[in-house]
Amino acid sequence: MLPGPLPSSMQLTDEGKLKHFLTVEGLPPLLLEEILDRSQQFVALPDKAQVQAPLLRGKTVMNLFFENSTRTRTTFELAAKRLSADLVNMDIRTSSATKGESLLDTIRNLEAMGCDMFVVRHSSSGAAHFIARYCAPHISVLNAGDGRHAHPTQAMLDMLTIRQYKKDFPPLRVAIVGDIKHSRVARSQIHALSTLCTGETRLIAPKTLIPQGIEKMGVNVYHDMEKGLRGVDVVIMLRLQHERMKTALLPSVREYYARYGLTEERLKLAKDDAIVMHPGPVNRGVEIDSRVADGPQSVILQQVTNGIAVRMAIMSMVMGSR
Amino acid sequence: MALQCEWQLCQWSWGHDSMTEYNAKKCTLVKNGRLIDPQSNTDKITDLAIYKSKIIGIGDSIPANFKAETQVDAEGLWVLPGIIDLSAYLREPGLENKTRIPYETYAAVSGGITRLCCMPETDSPIDTGAVVKLIRGKVKQAGFAQVSMIGALTQKLEGEQLSPMGSLKYVGCVGVTQGWNSFKDLATLRKCMEYASTFELPLFLHPLEHSLMEKGGMHEGALATRLGLPPIPVAAETAAMAQIISLVEQTNTPVHFCRLSTAKSIHLLKQAKKDGLPITADVAIHQLFLSEMDLCDYNPLCHTIPPLRSERDRDALRQAVADNTIDAICSDHQPHEIDAKLAPFEETSPGISGFETLLPLTLRLVEEKVIDLNQAIAYLTHKPASLISSDAGTLQMAKKADFSLFDPNHFWQLDAEKLLSKGKNTPFSGWSFNGKTVKTFIKGKLVYHETIF
Repeated sequence: MLPGPLPSSMQLTDEGKLKHFLTVEGLPPLLLEEILDRSQQFVALPDKAQVQAPLLRGKTVMNLFFENSTRTRTTFELAAKRLSADLVNMDIRTSSATKGESLLDTIRNLEAMGCDMFVVRHSSSGAAHFIARYCAPHISVLNAGDGRHAHPTQAMLDMLTIRQYKKDFPPLRVAIVGDIKHSRVARSQIHALSTLCTGETRLIAPKTLIPQGIEKMGVNVYHDMEKGLRGVDVVIMLRLQHERMKTALLPSVREYYARYGLTEERLKLAKDDAIVMHPGPVNRGVEIDSRVADGPQSVILQQVTNGIAVRMAIMSMVMGSR
Repeated sequence: MALQCEWQLCQWSWGHDSMTEYNAKKCTLVKNGRLIDPQSNTDKITDLAIYKSKIIGIGDSIPANFKAETQVDAEGLWVLPGIIDLSAYLREPGLENKTRIPYETYAAVSGGITRLCCMPETDSPIDTGAVVKLIRGKVKQAGFAQVSMIGALTQKLEGEQLSPMGSLKYVGCVGVTQGWNSFKDLATLRKCMEYASTFELPLFLHPLEHSLMEKGGMHEGALATRLGLPPIPVAAETAAMAQIISLVEQTNTPVHFCRLSTAKSIHLLKQAKKDGLPITADVAIHQLFLSEMDLCDYNPLCHTIPPLRSERDRDALRQAVADNTIDAICSDHQPHEIDAKLAPFEETSPGISGFETLLPLTLRLVEEKVIDLNQAIAYLTHKPASLISSDAGTLQMAKKADFSLFDPNHFWQLDAEKLLSKGKNTPFSGWSFNGKTVKTFIKGKLVYHETIF
């Protein structure tokens, strides 16, 4: 076995069906629509969905989290269970990786235990691609976040939420606010929004949090929160990691909130019916005011509910591709 | 004038030898090869006579009584001076899981390289005479390519205390470097420069500003942003260069810049040379062919330090090679065990196994009309030789008979698994090349000949 390129084209089968779900980039718009349609069906199902949808009965799903997470892992877990899959949670940080086992060996060992799907979160960009390239051919890999690169299921649940409130993408103006530089969520959202032909995507952040060349992804960059929010239909706030203060990216939480925090006054600059989203977990008083997070325009909890449906849809699609 | 006298004396003494005796067993005659030697501006079909370890005649100057037991038919082949490679990582001592000296020095001669400079970044850096002697012993035992050592500039390469450069010079180090490691501060760098120049040890400096770099990163730009890989800006190289150039102005110490990668660096280099500063620079051959675009699908084989830059940067490097702003081309040979590359990009070790592609890729620059053949050979032979104060890299009377025979009509395709180096980490697998080294001689001794599969 020799190392080499990890093409993202491998996420589709020869028939164009979804085999792995690694990134939104490069997927055809119709496929994204299909994911949203299926997710909507699962949202509509009653709570005890597994009675109606034993689509993954007899399949084993492994949650491989090399980085910590509560929300994403739990929603993947619930999604798998509602589809009647067997589920194993592996917290790799506390096991093999710390004993010096290579990622490839970890994957080989888990494969030998017999499983059908890996849900992977890893701190290195491209890790999900790597696992998809080198794992056994019958296994599907779902990316639950790799480095700064992609978090495609999060982006899809955000798209589902937007569609539920705003119907169609082309007339929309969407603003993403916060630490774009280190955010895999923002990158996946940008790809999803552009694939779905969103009217305008704006990024709002100080220059230290905007990565070079991001305009090439078809977005408009704003450094002034007030200007950027004017007339938008959707405001997506990103979580600000506290470590960012230590590395000279930002002076203080206070200044960040003063310049880029989403307050009720600032939200008034957006359209009257604008919705406010946040991938969680929310830092109240850092990037968003509690009154906005809990306010009538906030759809943050709807996002969480949608997260399960989107993950059910994607899991059933990759298992159906075989 | 003195030089000319010495030359005549030398000729006379060789001539004198030839009158008396030539042991045919110790004679080799390479017949009818196309001898290309940029140093002496030679490019003609001729014979090359070797007695013991030295060249004693070319064409008409071959003594009449020279009778060789070994005759090598070089018809249709090129006779090239042995390549001198300025940068290689041999991994011994300490990193024997990657490779060992005999494998790598053999891989080198298979690519026409007769002398290589070994970088000090082993797992016990080359910072004492003992390590130098250890490596030299292993090289001698292997008996393939010759190795010159570049010693550590600071103790354990930690960037704080001076290494014993006087002793390193005494045991034969041809230069000193800090490798990819940082200096404690600029004052330390300045003292290192002054101390190295005390012993006339060439300084090989990698211009890297570490605070602007992250591990596992790539060239800063739209692609790095898309891939989510840590960005390494152009300024990581140019800021370091600018600082070093200031210190060269201050101390008038000669400095050689290793592995330039950006258009802006070339600009700084040109300016420094124009100002008359004693500055030289080299480029790694892969930087002239690959760019950040080769990383678009996380190919760990293209993970290098400095990172592959934009296509504009690559074109500027090619232009600098074409107009002789650059002083040498090297392989920057870094063999790795395959596991070092079988991981997500950020976690892989940087470097390319480059011995066996150095000459083929350089000649591809000729095919692509970037440089002419003479220039190409010069970049690999006498130019790098002069940077380590060696008079090798040329095929002239009384010089050591280090040379290779190259078949320009041998069409082949590179297969990573078939590399002779233990490091199979090349991004050039599948590339086709015109021409291959078929025989390599060091001090008149055949050390490599191609076996046909």
